[in-house]
Amino acid sequence: MQNTNDSATSMKPDLANDGAAGSVKADPTSGGAGASNDDLLRVEGLKTYFYTEDGIVKAVDGIDFSLKRGEVLGIAGESGCGKSVTSLTIMRLISQPGKIVAGHIWFDGKDLATATEDEMTKIRGNRISMIFQQPTSCLNPVFKVGDQIVEVLKVHKRMSDRAAKDRAVELLTMVGIPSAKKRYDSYPHEMSGGMCQRVMIAMGLANEPELLIADEPTTALDVTIQAQILELMKALKKDINTAIILITHDLGVMAEMAERMVIMYAGKVVEQTDTNSLFESPKHPYTQGLLASIPVLGQVRDRLEVIPGTVPSLRNLPPGCRFAARCPRQMPICVDEEPDLLKVHGRSVRCWLYHPAIDPDPTACADQTLDKLNTYRQTQQEPPAAAAK
Amino acid sequence: MATNANNVNELDNREPADAIKPSENGANTPVQHITGVGGGVTGDSTDYIMRVQNLKKYFPVRGGVLQRVVGQVKAVDGVNFDVRRGETLGLVGESGCGKTTVGRTVLRLLNPTGGNVLFEGRDLTTLNAGEMKKTRRNMQIIFQDPYSSLDPRVPIGQSVGEGLLIHGFSREEREQTVRDMLKRVGLHPEHARRYPHEFSGGQRQRIGIARALTMHPSFIVADEPVSALDVSIQSQVLNILKDLQQEFKLTYLFIAHNLSVVEHISDRVGVMYLGKMAELADRDELFNNPRHPYTQALLSAIPIPDPRIRRDRIILKGDVPSPLNPPSGCRFHTRCWLAQQICSDQEPEWRDIGSENATAHPHLVACHFAEQTKVKGLANEIKEQLGTDTKV
Repeated sequence: MQNTNDSATSMKPDLANDGAAGSVKADPTSGGAGASNDDLLRVEGLKTYFYTEDGIVKAVDGIDFSLKRGEVLGIAGESGCGKSVTSLTIMRLISQPGKIVAGHIWFDGKDLATATEDEMTKIRGNRISMIFQQPTSCLNPVFKVGDQIVEVLKVHKRMSDRAAKDRAVELLTMVGIPSAKKRYDSYPHEMSGGMCQRVMIAMGLANEPELLIADEPTTALDVTIQAQILELMKALKKDINTAIILITHDLGVMAEMAERMVIMYAGKVVEQTDTNSLFESPKHPYTQGLLASIPVLGQVRDRLEVIPGTVPSLRNLPPGCRFAARCPRQMPICVDEEPDLLKVHGRSVRCWLYHPAIDPDPTACADQTLDKLNTYRQTQQEPPAAAAK
Repeated sequence: MATNANNVNELDNREPADAIKPSENGANTPVQHITGVGGGVTGDSTDYIMRVQNLKKYFPVRGGVLQRVVGQVKAVDGVNFDVRRGETLGLVGESGCGKTTVGRTVLRLLNPTGGNVLFEGRDLTTLNAGEMKKTRRNMQIIFQDPYSSLDPRVPIGQSVGEGLLIHGFSREEREQTVRDMLKRVGLHPEHARRYPHEFSGGQRQRIGIARALTMHPSFIVADEPVSALDVSIQSQVLNILKDLQQEFKLTYLFIAHNLSVVEHISDRVGVMYLGKMAELADRDELFNNPRHPYTQALLSAIPIPDPRIRRDRIILKGDVPSPLNPPSGCRFHTRCWLAQQICSDQEPEWRDIGSENATAHPHLVACHFAEQTKVKGLANEIKEQLGTDTKV
């Protein structure tokens, strides 16, 4: 079987999980405290590192976010920022040399970071499912698409062959595949990319999961097909009330689909807020730069803003803020110390500019700033991070 | 930026001082540099760097034991357009519409099945190999994938200077030009000795641009030059392309599927569907007064990165038909919500319906009902919703 089918359905033993389970301290007392009443998913201090020959790649380096039932959360960022690794970590699909080094993934009161493989198998494809970027390569080429959906159903539910097949046809109809009964017998190569993505969505929603992770679901598709898929996802979300984590680099798709957004940069969350205020007044200089650098349809500018430089290597991260070297508002402290995720007007931003003890004056002396910060730390507690609300 | 003054920073620091700022007269005045714009199609040949007439490119499909030709993929099937000197002509369309094939065929990287390509007044399709080689100095291509378009086993300096070698330049001239060009696209001249794997995607695309520029061409086909790049890198490369166009008086045929990018960089835009040109007009005209239903659907499908804007979307049914067996008549009629009997019977004429704004550039469209398909333009729609003018 192809690996992706496995991920959604069956029981391939995942090498990394043994290691991961060993390295994360299981804390039985925090189980109840971890999940508050209406949060479906809460990720706390999650770190996923890859131990390669050339050093440790800190793909996800301490991220926190939460997701309510039925909510659409967008995770945006450029390639290499860790957004896909985050989703694979939640599904516990990280394999060697990757490892969950720290943190918790509270899903409905249960910590997925320490769950056993058997427990994960019951959750994957059933309560959490995932759709991927390349629909054509994620379906198994040697099985009929209908049978692949039936497999998802039968792994998790006791169903007769007949009932499962009927349900599969029903699902194919639901995702808008014409003459679904006939299409049940098609092989993936007989279908277009948009059709395959519909099959993937049907497979993902087969067991009506509480959480659907969509990793760049429309990136490989043409715009008119993307429009079809986005409309489909919106309609299905209304019907099934699944919470969705939507991962994409396309801020247009984000603006349309997501209710809340997380912006990631080099393995860290740099900003988290609701979609409207993010687009209206982005706080982090990276978010500001990102929004200014994309050409927007119908808004012709003479010149695009540029974020100079490139993303730092995840093997060799700078000691201070990871964006400091590219930041137009860099201060001396940014190079030396990494900022926390600060709470600013109900949103979280990882930037020194918004720290109460810091004067966002570029001419401020570095020593003075540090002194001020130390005094502030002694007199007060650190401002609470977003996850601790 | 003292901590990490890499090459890219240098480029961006230098930009404000550069004399090659884009025209100050606003984004709303396309094709300023075109002189003597006549009635369009019948204009004097000096206005045009390239004229493409009824261009066709079919790819044979072989099958059976004897590998006989069993069918033809009509990748490009009768395309007409002109490229004016100094402009950027954007070419958009979905995958499989033939836009890349057009780009390669007009450079004769692929030999056309039919039609003519007049470049600087000479028909490229009739040139022999020697004449073609000479002409190629003036026309270049920038490829989509910066990873596979550079030879991993030679230093990039050699890749960049290869055109000069073929055209018989001396070693000193080659090295000098390569250094200049690398500097011009924001890389260090010393980088010439490094290998492609030492560069990031954005840097590789700059190398590809430097390579295209070494022969000082007048015409460049840019085939999806930014679609493999991250958004923040994308804007760097788009700005470089704009700067270089001003500096070297380049003409671009800019092929892309991303309409926002095409709108940003182009003076005129052509929309292709299934091997045919559907619509071609000035940028502002096309985006604000699209007349072909396919263009309208395409424009409405783009998600706009502003959550305040909610648009009525035209959702097209089904997929693009196979170019192996394209629909009769208008190729879009199988998905068109306005289609009538005539659309499946008769192929619409490629005609000028007249531009709405007074640029006098033709607004070409291939639709039987182009006169009746007026919609509210994109800019107007956004303006209405936000209550402000969105021109920045």
